[in-house]
Amino acid sequence: MTNVTTEAPTLRGVQADPEDLSSASRQTSVYVYEAPVRIWHWINAAAILTLMVTGYFIGSPLPTMGTGEAYDQFVFGYIRFVHFAAGMILTVGFFGRIYWAFVGNHHSRQLFYFPFWSGEYWREVLYEVRWYLFLAKEPKKYVGHNPLAQLAMFFFITLGVSFMIITGMALYAEGAGQGSIFDTLFGWVLGLVQNSQRLHTLHHLGMWWIVVFMVVHIYVAVREDIMSRQSIVSTMISGHRTFKDDRPD
Amino acid sequence: MSQIETFYEVMRRQGITRRSFMKYCSLTAAALGLGPAFVPKIAHAMATKPRTPVIWVHGLECTCCSESFIRSAHPLAKDVVLSMISLDYDDTLMAAAGFQAEAALMDTIEKYKGNYILAVEGNPPLNEDGMYCIVGGKPFVEQLKMAAEHAKAIISWGACASYGCVQAAAPNPTRATPVHKVILDKPIIKVPGCPPIAEVMTGVITYMLTFDKMPELDRQGRPKMFYSQRIHDKCYRRPHFDAGQFIEHWDDDNARKGYCLYKMGCKGPTTYNACSTVRWNEGTSFPIQSGHGCIGCSEDGFWDQGSFYNRLTNIKQFGIEENADRVGMTAAGVVGGAVAVHAAISALKRAQKKNQEKVEG
Repeated sequence: MTNVTTEAPTLRGVQADPEDLSSASRQTSVYVYEAPVRIWHWINAAAILTLMVTGYFIGSPLPTMGTGEAYDQFVFGYIRFVHFAAGMILTVGFFGRIYWAFVGNHHSRQLFYFPFWSGEYWREVLYEVRWYLFLAKEPKKYVGHNPLAQLAMFFFITLGVSFMIITGMALYAEGAGQGSIFDTLFGWVLGLVQNSQRLHTLHHLGMWWIVVFMVVHIYVAVREDIMSRQSIVSTMISGHRTFKDDRPD
Repeated sequence: MSQIETFYEVMRRQGITRRSFMKYCSLTAAALGLGPAFVPKIAHAMATKPRTPVIWVHGLECTCCSESFIRSAHPLAKDVVLSMISLDYDDTLMAAAGFQAEAALMDTIEKYKGNYILAVEGNPPLNEDGMYCIVGGKPFVEQLKMAAEHAKAIISWGACASYGCVQAAAPNPTRATPVHKVILDKPIIKVPGCPPIAEVMTGVITYMLTFDKMPELDRQGRPKMFYSQRIHDKCYRRPHFDAGQFIEHWDDDNARKGYCLYKMGCKGPTTYNACSTVRWNEGTSFPIQSGHGCIGCSEDGFWDQGSFYNRLTNIKQFGIEENADRVGMTAAGVVGGAVAVHAAISALKRAQKKNQEKVEG
């Protein structure tokens, strides 16, 4: 980005002043999130939202509706059905995402690890923390996730969603019954936790773990979109990371 | 060991007719979920096999398992199994007491080494070298280890022996410990419940005597035939659960209509037992049928799962009377508040920076 062209802008018919034009001619974007990653992100978001709402109502049901015969309605049954269906979609999506980490670009692998042994990485994490504590004047530019975000994604999404899939499938296995495929694959979880009520509680706490992440994630994504030196929100829509300045660091 | 009587002989000696005996066999086959073809097999086994001796020991417990057991609904089951057991050792039910009783125990162990079944009701407390439970002048844990050494198999009766029950509830001052954590080298069948259902108890014993093997166990070591499904899976109020029709308060109109007790803290959805199918007291009723939620008495650590009347468990680690929702909402609230403050500061900083730029520019 050192050899900036100084040719006269050639864009026509655009409401733009000379500064805009010179900027538009210089800045480029990096393709970061490939289509499968973006599609997964939004399906995952929708599934998590659905699971939270239905899951909350499974733990604390709505007031009784309708006082007719039980066979006339299936309210709670449908809520549970939607929960299970969304859970299956989330699970399939998560496996699809793992697959894509193998075949996709290197950004698609960031979700599943963080460079624990790299001192440089932790220094950058510290820098990000300083930025969020208003101690650093300016954030750095990152093509993929920033180091702090990578850490959060790993613990809240990769580990969090894995935990929810495993405990969720174990709970589903209880209904599917012994000898079912779910019981064969996930029945050991109940064997480990011993008490189904305890397993329910763990699954429930897991939901709040992800709620906390969601609150921070949405806030930070919007904030960074406004205040950082790069695009954030639109990147998860178009896949392109654009930068607002030309400085290399 | 020709001197040991068969079951049939014991029964005949007690004045039970052949006809009654056959009835018992068919009832037992039905209780165990076996087809009619198994009736003659059970009858044959009972008539030809020398009975398996059972030693029944009592640790830290309330004797509710024994109380349940002697109320077995099969008219003959209690006579059969009870007479068999009292012949050997059960300090609560046997006629002998004191030194005679302890002598009977030693005799039985000597005589049937490696052949008897050890039924354990209650559990051994391990703190203070087991001094919290003394049987025959010695800590119960010693009697248990001695009796277990030559046992063919061990049955853990009830929540005490299986999981620890109330005496093992936090903070467990006596360190009451379930049998399977003390006896590590014997096959153990857990028959949890507080108490277990009488027919389940006699059913397990009858199965073992008839087929001369352990019933199939699940991952937690419970017989699959009685503990493979939750109360909830076979609950007659399940349609109200699926319809979203719940009792909201005790004695409300919904309670009179017999709606689901889920919101009243019923633990049926998380409890593995046969109450909703076998029921209690000759199949008369079970807790949910009488309008009260299941308290989950056959589950591990059921005393430590919060109130019997809350759907969501209280989590003591986060303070008294907190459940997952309150913990989570607090966390989300704190984070949400922090986000709002952070956003406000961010906006101010940004405005400040813009002003500065304007001044500088």
